[in-house]
Amino acid sequence: MKRLLAIAILAFALTLSTAAFAIDPLPFQNTAQRDRFQHLTRELRCMVCQDESLLASNADFAKQLRRQIFDMMQQGKSDQEIKDWLVARYSTFILYDPPLAPSTIALWFGTPAILLAGGIVVAVVLRRRARPAHAIAEEPGEDW
Amino acid sequence: MNEVARKPIGRFVPLVVFALMVAFFVVGLVWNQSHDARFVPSPLINKPAPDFRLPRLDRPTDFVTRADLLGKPYLLNVFASWCFACGDEHPVLMAYRDKFGIPLIGYDYKDTPHDAQAWLQRHGDPYHEVITDQSGDTAINFGVYGAPETYLIDAQGIIRYKHIGPLTPDVIAKELEPKIRALEQGT
Amino acid sequence: MNPELGQIALILALLLSGLQCVLPIVGAWRGSKPLMATAPMLAVGQGVFVALAFGILMWSFWINDFSVAYVAQNSNLDLPWFYKLSAVWGAHEGSLLLWMLILNLWTVALVAVLGNRLPQAFFARVVGVLGFVAFGFLLYMITTSNPFLRLFPVPANGADLNPVLQDPGLVFHPPTLYMGYVGFSVAFAFAIAALLGGELKSTWVRWARPWTNVAWGFLTLGIVAGSAWAYYELGWGGWWFWDPVENASFMPWLIGAALIHAQAITDKRDGLRAWTLLLSIFGFAFSLLGTFLVRSGLLTSVHAFAFAPSRGIFILVYLAVVIGGSLLLYALRAPKVTGGKSFALASRETLMVIGNLMLTVACAMVLLGTLYPLVGEALNIGRISVGPPYFGPLFMILMTPLVLALPFGPLSHWGKADLKVWTRALVRIVALAVAAGIIGFVLGARTFLELLGITASVWVMAGVAMFALKRWREAPRGKRYPFEMLGMMLAHFGIGVFIAGAILTRSMSVEQDVSMKPGSNVQVGSYDFHFNGVTDTPGPNYHAQQGTVIVSRNGRQVVVLHPQKRTYAGGQVQTEAAIQAGVFRDLYVSLGDPIGDDAWSLRVYDKPFVRWIWGGGVLMMLGGFAVVLDRRFRLKKVREPEAAGTQPDTGAPRKLAEGQT
Repeated sequence: MKRLLAIAILAFALTLSTAAFAIDPLPFQNTAQRDRFQHLTRELRCMVCQDESLLASNADFAKQLRRQIFDMMQQGKSDQEIKDWLVARYSTFILYDPPLAPSTIALWFGTPAILLAGGIVVAVVLRRRARPAHAIAEEPGEDW
Repeated sequence: MNEVARKPIGRFVPLVVFALMVAFFVVGLVWNQSHDARFVPSPLINKPAPDFRLPRLDRPTDFVTRADLLGKPYLLNVFASWCFACGDEHPVLMAYRDKFGIPLIGYDYKDTPHDAQAWLQRHGDPYHEVITDQSGDTAINFGVYGAPETYLIDAQGIIRYKHIGPLTPDVIAKELEPKIRALEQGT
Repeated sequence: MNPELGQIALILALLLSGLQCVLPIVGAWRGSKPLMATAPMLAVGQGVFVALAFGILMWSFWINDFSVAYVAQNSNLDLPWFYKLSAVWGAHEGSLLLWMLILNLWTVALVAVLGNRLPQAFFARVVGVLGFVAFGFLLYMITTSNPFLRLFPVPANGADLNPVLQDPGLVFHPPTLYMGYVGFSVAFAFAIAALLGGELKSTWVRWARPWTNVAWGFLTLGIVAGSAWAYYELGWGGWWFWDPVENASFMPWLIGAALIHAQAITDKRDGLRAWTLLLSIFGFAFSLLGTFLVRSGLLTSVHAFAFAPSRGIFILVYLAVVIGGSLLLYALRAPKVTGGKSFALASRETLMVIGNLMLTVACAMVLLGTLYPLVGEALNIGRISVGPPYFGPLFMILMTPLVLALPFGPLSHWGKADLKVWTRALVRIVALAVAAGIIGFVLGARTFLELLGITASVWVMAGVAMFALKRWREAPRGKRYPFEMLGMMLAHFGIGVFIAGAILTRSMSVEQDVSMKPGSNVQVGSYDFHFNGVTDTPGPNYHAQQGTVIVSRNGRQVVVLHPQKRTYAGGQVQTEAAIQAGVFRDLYVSLGDPIGDDAWSLRVYDKPFVRWIWGGGVLMMLGGFAVVLDRRFRLKKVREPEAAGTQPDTGAPRKLAEGQT
């Protein structure tokens, strides 16, 4: 939230904020586990802050879920199991990486579709407009 | 140079796309007026309420479980003494507790029993029963992410409705009561 | 000075902007020289009144006039003077005023630089369009966001500026960002003036180019400043999160980058004329769209913004009128596609068109991802989060062809490229990139991402180096690197630097949250962090708890860091990370909370190459600025009759447009 606020003046304005970001020392077994934890929680949304990840948020809610996720990791749960567990409770809204579903088809295929359409237009225009190389006269002088 | 040729229809594509976007924004703005973006629909609607076993506020050695509450519908209202919005909601609950026609159970969320009791004493106790979840761990299973939240759970223990944020007379009349009536007719 | 004077100044500015929009355009339409001649006067007059209003608001901050509600909300007696002054744009109303002031700066600069160098009718139309833009914004301010509202009773002290904003970042970031946003209004005004006047030639594009480059340079700087600010002020160690507000500034940047290249083609080859017009409209449209998205609360209403629906609706109507009207004008009057010099498939034109395609599609991708959650809600198909895992990979995929093609653009000729040059360059660039990858591997880079970052970065930089070498050998001394070319080289090299920074920071950073007692140590990367406890330190308008952390490597002390946790007068808590900035790595410590038993929680980072991200951005900015100095863009006073035929011909044929001179 605080982050969102500060960025807010990027494009215009802001209001008050008091929250601080999260510093939450958890007793990880090793670096790999810590990296995995950071990677996972960075891609989860802190529901109560709306535009902050679970990793970054200092909200009580985020702290508690971080603890839960940490515990589940200790129990040997996979990232997917943890995500499923969260989705069952908080819906896919908690995932910053929206899964492919009927409701996200336009999201995931929108960009390729736009690229394809743009690519076709460009290809057609170039094909129509471009001349064979030998038909183009060398231009003397500065080429810039 | 003769540029007064026909206007290619493609020239209108950006305008049309833009018009669609503006239309979409109008819909979005209207929608935004009527909804609070904080409210995320729960995936638990029409799913069984999670199992729980939580102590009563008045008798901490007594535990209430999901099974204990089966058999008739009830409302589960998540509140806490530290929660400002719960203070706003409280008079509404006091006024409506007997009009719901089904038990109103308080779910004291991440709170100390002492604070909760003092709070209820000061403002009055609208609940038929209060259970406490000091750690907030069980609340995660309910998908609670803030207080107040209100769940309508039917006789089979299925969550039928969830409201996030304070209940207001308007919400009760338009959303909650019809759901309660529907349950009563069903049973 | 009386705040009501500020109000009056704004109203007068509104009246002048209304006239500025009508008189010159009518004058250009009717061919009336006296009417057209009002353009510079009205523009300067409007600028004076807006500057007066801005000065009065700033003065109100300076003298702590808490009878002005805006001052009372955003300042405080104890606020240091430089934050008092920058608090002017610390919230909604004042940032709009800054927006307006900057629009006037651009307009007045335009009057000063081009006022008597452009054909009078064209210039009148440009100023008229800018007057229309200003009119809308002034009306918006006066009706919905008046910064001069009074407060009764007058409070004894103000509520204080948000602590997040009490930072040099506030002094630099919004003004530079707005310089960029608003700067696109100039290219926009040129395009609309060309459409209104039915310009048959694209001469106007050359006049517009320096302005577009400067605006884009400022936008780059603004985004860099914002990113760096978020990095050190917010304590999360990240530099980009793809959140809606960031995206709002990134979209016009992408369009601006595309526009710069499209303008170059139109200027030099007379091609892509319609596309350049369209991008000029889009660039400004995305600036306005960003404003709308943020101001309307559509995307960020949650908790943060006291959202006034009227503001959102006003901007939407404004957006619809300005951009819808422009696009309609485009649809009706844009020139035919044909024209321009011929080119072969293998040519610089083709590469630049592909680059334009990728930048525009990337912008569309960001727009789609930013708006999609709204679609989900409006269509009631559930709430959806779209975040970094969506934007990041897609952006990288879209930029891959662009990065791959980038070295070959400058190495190609206009019209047709020499395939032998391409092959030779390809072999060398591949060799250099692979060599860099191997060196990286030897130095310890192991992950795919690290190796990708190194090779991609060297790919781009090697391309620029080869181009520089080619020019050195082939071009005559003294004409080797004209400023326009230098700008291109700087910006392209900046992309290489940025790629290295972005990818290496991501893959090599080590981040650790630790609980430390005074006297304890923690090892992060190859550095040892020794915690010496926390002491109380007073500040001007806050009270700080300051930690002391001694960082050493292999037993040798590197630096002593002092992260702070500040409590401001209003009770807001703000963390100030302590950062040892370096060319190759940042060491970063921020202080959390006491967690009992004398221990504190701390966050410790080792962030290699993070400076390269902003370094690359600064190079891009310099590139944008350098272009302006090119002789190509120097205009003589064309309205003097004898000047018409004596233009120095620096490249493509330049004929000044139509006959009204």
